[in-house]
Amino acid sequence: MSSREDILGRVRAALHRNAGNAAVAREVMMAALANRTPGPQPAVACEPQALLERFRVKSEQASSTVEVVATDAEVPAAIAKYLAAMKLPTTAVVWASLVALDWAAAGLKVEARGARDADLVGITGCFCAVAETGTLMMTSSPDTPAAVSLLPETHIAVVRAARIVPYMEDAWNLARAALGSLPRAVNFISGPSRTGDIEQTIVLGAHGPYRVHLVIVED
Amino acid sequence: MEIKSMRFKANAEASLANVVLQGNLKNAKGKFVTKRAEAIKEIDDFEGTRDAAAAIRNKVIDNLDLWLERFETRAQETGATVLWAKDGAEVCRLVTEIARKHGVTKVTKSKSMLSEEAGLNQALEAAGIQPVETDLGEYILQVDNNEPPSHIIAPAVHKSLDDVADLFHKVHGTPRKTEIPALTREAREVLRGHFLSAEMGLSGGNFLVAETGSVALVTNEGNGRMVTTMPKVHVVITGIEKVIPTLEDLSTLMRLLPRSATGQSISNYFSILTGVKKPEEHDGPEHLYFVLVDSGRADVVGGEFHEMLRCIRCGACMNHCPVYQTIGGHAYGWVYPGPMGSVLTPLYAGIENSIDLPHAATLCNQCGVVCPVKIPLPDLLRKLREKQTDAGLRPLTERIGLRVWAWVAQRPALYGLGARVGARYLKWLAGEDKSIRLLPTAPEWTRGRDFPAPQGKTFRELYAARQNSAKGSA
Ligand code: SF4
Repeated sequence: MSSREDILGRVRAALHRNAGNAAVAREVMMAALANRTPGPQPAVACEPQALLERFRVKSEQASSTVEVVATDAEVPAAIAKYLAAMKLPTTAVVWASLVALDWAAAGLKVEARGARDADLVGITGCFCAVAETGTLMMTSSPDTPAAVSLLPETHIAVVRAARIVPYMEDAWNLARAALGSLPRAVNFISGPSRTGDIEQTIVLGAHGPYRVHLVIVED
Repeated sequence: MEIKSMRFKANAEASLANVVLQGNLKNAKGKFVTKRAEAIKEIDDFEGTRDAAAAIRNKVIDNLDLWLERFETRAQETGATVLWAKDGAEVCRLVTEIARKHGVTKVTKSKSMLSEEAGLNQALEAAGIQPVETDLGEYILQVDNNEPPSHIIAPAVHKSLDDVADLFHKVHGTPRKTEIPALTREAREVLRGHFLSAEMGLSGGNFLVAETGSVALVTNEGNGRMVTTMPKVHVVITGIEKVIPTLEDLSTLMRLLPRSATGQSISNYFSILTGVKKPEEHDGPEHLYFVLVDSGRADVVGGEFHEMLRCIRCGACMNHCPVYQTIGGHAYGWVYPGPMGSVLTPLYAGIENSIDLPHAATLCNQCGVVCPVKIPLPDLLRKLREKQTDAGLRPLTERIGLRVWAWVAQRPALYGLGARVGARYLKWLAGEDKSIRLLPTAPEWTRGRDFPAPQGKTFRELYAARQNSAKGSA
């Protein structure tokens, strides 16, 4: 007997499985799988300005830095200013979805490709963002490689204000509607990587970025 | 992992006598507790959320066979391979075979308690494959001669900054560093090379989502993302009980897991991984394997301990356990310490191999109060004690003692007399300073501390007196 049959067989025996109760239980299962009702959620104010504000406060609590700009066109200059203030390099790897912005005018040199170990700055967008916890939702695809938000020491993310949703459950519904099934990787990111493994002292920059900077575009 | 739980008493005594460990435990104590207490305040309906979480876990465990089949089908549809392992030996065999098949020489691992259960690192090494632990705590333990973890969330919580500084100086051959950020950076640099060169990444799984056939991983360091993004093969090792229905359910459980574990509103990274990389994609594994592990779990289904299968491995029960806080995790002698370990070890590793664990609790129910999925840990510990007694596994003196007690307890007059005599005797024994240095019939009770002696009447005497005076005043 295969291990699969052995394990499932013992589970079935323990549950007194028979054709009758299997049919009932299967129906209950299908109903549970189709149920989209969220569990209890903490209150989150849903007006656009309140969502943006909550997202900002929660992101800062997770040790990200946040700035708000009015339009896409302002993004490269805002990022250039941040990099200069932090004395960081002006070369970056970006998501293909952002490569069309006028980076050169802001004095930045960007390349749209997968990330490499030597990349020090990674610039990404995000699929959407969750106000409840100050979280970015990243969905992987050829144009949005996962490693760009992981390998570089600095991760900068461009967030559209209109894509800030109250809860993670809203993010799932957006993903179901836009993508059908889930992409290979959904990564929720809340601040720079960290560890508390030595004396429970939080240190930023474990294996991923040391810092995360968010540029929220209002328009 | 070898089971050393039969040496619980000796281990616990050694832990109590270990000055360095006691210092480290004292340091850690409280941090988890305070942070959790703060974090759960953010949830308006905490009890309702706990109820919902328990219901989600029950829904699957009560019909686990169907949910497993459903998860398997969905995972296969996404391009993953699903394998099943009855025990640790089979986990080791399957993972070694996968590694061989793909020509793997190095495996980067993010934390997996099941791989500890199975002793997978030793098996991989024996097969000439290098396992590299990448969670900072697990890495520290691996380079310290494969020391076992002492906590499921913070594996190296028993080590101090000085311990780690000495260790890294020795194994990395670098100048001794004394700052935690510098030590973390040093580990990052060593491990970055491994992340980029390993052909296979191995992770546990916090949850398996039946709706989508995905594995959900909760991490802070980013090592979980690394091992599931960089290598060409990803192997997930999880227990068969980890299935949950939908992404909505995942969100509910995520409101509780990081808060209960580390006091975070959400972990830094939360990854939901589904299937394999498409040809045009820049990163992600080309091969994804799930190893669904039984190792004792199937036999818990449907039985008197089935509630334990709800466990989401948050560690809150040990963080709040006075016994764990005093002796640390190693004394428990296997992978899982604290109250959850005292239930899981007898169930998975054998009740006869862990005689003392169900007794390593005061039954104060701190664990039951904090458990996010409402597992009645003290009840389960009590049931295990009953089972041991029924199976004749407790010492003869204890069994005779309990018999005698039961016989007397069924005779109220005799019991009352015995209690009165006992209380007076203990008072006499204690003398002037009202505490007993050595209890002749049970010397263990007074080995580590003095025993406060009863100073007045028994409960029944007081109760009777109160009833009388109540009648008098009525
Ligand atoms: S028993 Fe409850 S508190 Fe303990 S680790 Fe499991 S889920 Fe957490």
